[in-house]
Amino acid sequence: MENTIHATQAIVTLDVALPGIIWGWMITLNMWAKSVGTGVILVGAFLLYRHKKEEMPNLRWMMPLIAFIFLNIFLLFTLADLHHPYRMLNIFLHPHWTSAITVGAWMASIFTGLITILMLIGYFDAHPDVRRNGACAKMARANSGLYEKLFPFVVFLAVPVTLYTAIIMAEASARELWQAPAEVMQMMWAALMAGSAGLIFISGSWSKESRRDLALVLAVATFFSFMMYMGEYFFSFKSAEAEATLAYVHSGGAYNTEFWFGMALGFIIPFFLAVSNMKSDNKTLLRFAAILALVGLYMAKDVWLKIPQMLSLS
Amino acid sequence: MKLGFLVDLNLCMGCKGCEVACKVENEVPLSSWRLRVKYIDIGTFPDTSRSFTPLRCNHCESAPCERICPVSALHYLENGIVNVDSSRCIGCAGCMMACPYGAIYMDPETNTADKCTYCAHRVESGMMPACVVVCPVQANIFGDVDDENSHISQYIMEHQGAVQVRKPEKHTSPKHFYVGGGNQTLNPLAQQRLEGYNLFNNVTHLKHIGDPHESVIDRFTEPFRSEEKLDNRSFMDFDNNTHESHEEEGGH
Repeated sequence: MENTIHATQAIVTLDVALPGIIWGWMITLNMWAKSVGTGVILVGAFLLYRHKKEEMPNLRWMMPLIAFIFLNIFLLFTLADLHHPYRMLNIFLHPHWTSAITVGAWMASIFTGLITILMLIGYFDAHPDVRRNGACAKMARANSGLYEKLFPFVVFLAVPVTLYTAIIMAEASARELWQAPAEVMQMMWAALMAGSAGLIFISGSWSKESRRDLALVLAVATFFSFMMYMGEYFFSFKSAEAEATLAYVHSGGAYNTEFWFGMALGFIIPFFLAVSNMKSDNKTLLRFAAILALVGLYMAKDVWLKIPQMLSLS
Repeated sequence: MKLGFLVDLNLCMGCKGCEVACKVENEVPLSSWRLRVKYIDIGTFPDTSRSFTPLRCNHCESAPCERICPVSALHYLENGIVNVDSSRCIGCAGCMMACPYGAIYMDPETNTADKCTYCAHRVESGMMPACVVVCPVQANIFGDVDDENSHISQYIMEHQGAVQVRKPEKHTSPKHFYVGGGNQTLNPLAQQRLEGYNLFNNVTHLKHIGDPHESVIDRFTEPFRSEEKLDNRSFMDFDNNTHESHEEEGGH
């Protein structure tokens, strides 16, 4: 009995095994890819507001292309994580609107559809020699003005598509760690981080000023996201369950290492690299910061997703 | 009508009869459970005692699993039971993330979420749930909590002040009550849980009942696969059956 909890002196002597991690790496990848997919639109809109289009010549078609690729990764892994992937159709045939999963699936599908239209128009406009006589290309070029009309709606929709995962986490009420209102802001910072990182890779031909703004977004997003993680990690003000979850990470082990690697790679180092890049323009360093931010963000999200699932609920 | 459950922990003797009856009645696969009895030892030697806590779905009035289910596979019946429609379930496991009582599992045979339904099929035909019928000490009490004259309502009235639910702070309004419970028995955070006391850690499934660890590709190809000829005879070959050892199953 020397191993019992000091206060209650209660020890489990016979029980079934804990189910372990149910939402694993595919859900992490799903969230991470969605952050990139919506983030490039949000950051792209910010850059278009601040700068002339001519300063960022490939943004009009590369931005929706990156969003399209990552949104499809997100949708693919959403499907792959389902035990019955083909029954995904039930979300559209039998939707249950109190579920953030349903609302999110509808919004993400509409968002991906709109992004596809932007990508096609942007691509065929930027490459006038490609498929001159193709029906799809012709239609896209004929409706070039639709891009500018749709774009404000796409930016508006990118916000709830970014945030709905936090509502799913909030509805997963068994996992106290995800119940913090801060999760909503974490999703937004993650999107801004991932979006700026994604756009950094295509910013080689852009003006210095626009690249400086990208570095600014990356620096601000990594700083505030890091501060929020630290706040939640060290100054836990939540329930006993959330504290027990964090105590598991505090005590060391695999998730402790992954968490701190994530913090260092994804937030601390990119922050300093981005700040230094705002003073003196260095494309290579900025790309390095972007890679680190994306890797670190994945690790941080992975830990935050998995650790509450280690706790016994009953 | 609002069906509810009450377990008098003072009466429960941990025979696991209810657990077995539930398994048989609902054909719950290996490594999964709808109802389980947890053993908890309390105190320090020589002043120790062992308590038994049957755990099942709480059929909450405000069920988080029902709320998060994107396709209404989890739904309320008119009698208050939170039921599962496995033919509609997409297997997203959102309900498993939402249930504060860890009462939902992914069925390895059907790859859909499943849980205790208070034996809704039996209740529909006027019978009691299997676990109630089998309990030798009548520790399980089942009935309509809206009916003042029902056995469960009378029992709750008689034990006012001693009736508890699990995790009331979650505001789920559980319809599963305990008499004779305490923090040590009902709060998992108050219990030390050591490795090695678990059953069925690593169960090897026969081919015909599916594989809980099947690959992602398998999930996509499943509707197009033809029925394979199964050969489970090796399972009956006890002399040469070395891999089905107790150790692998996490048994003791």
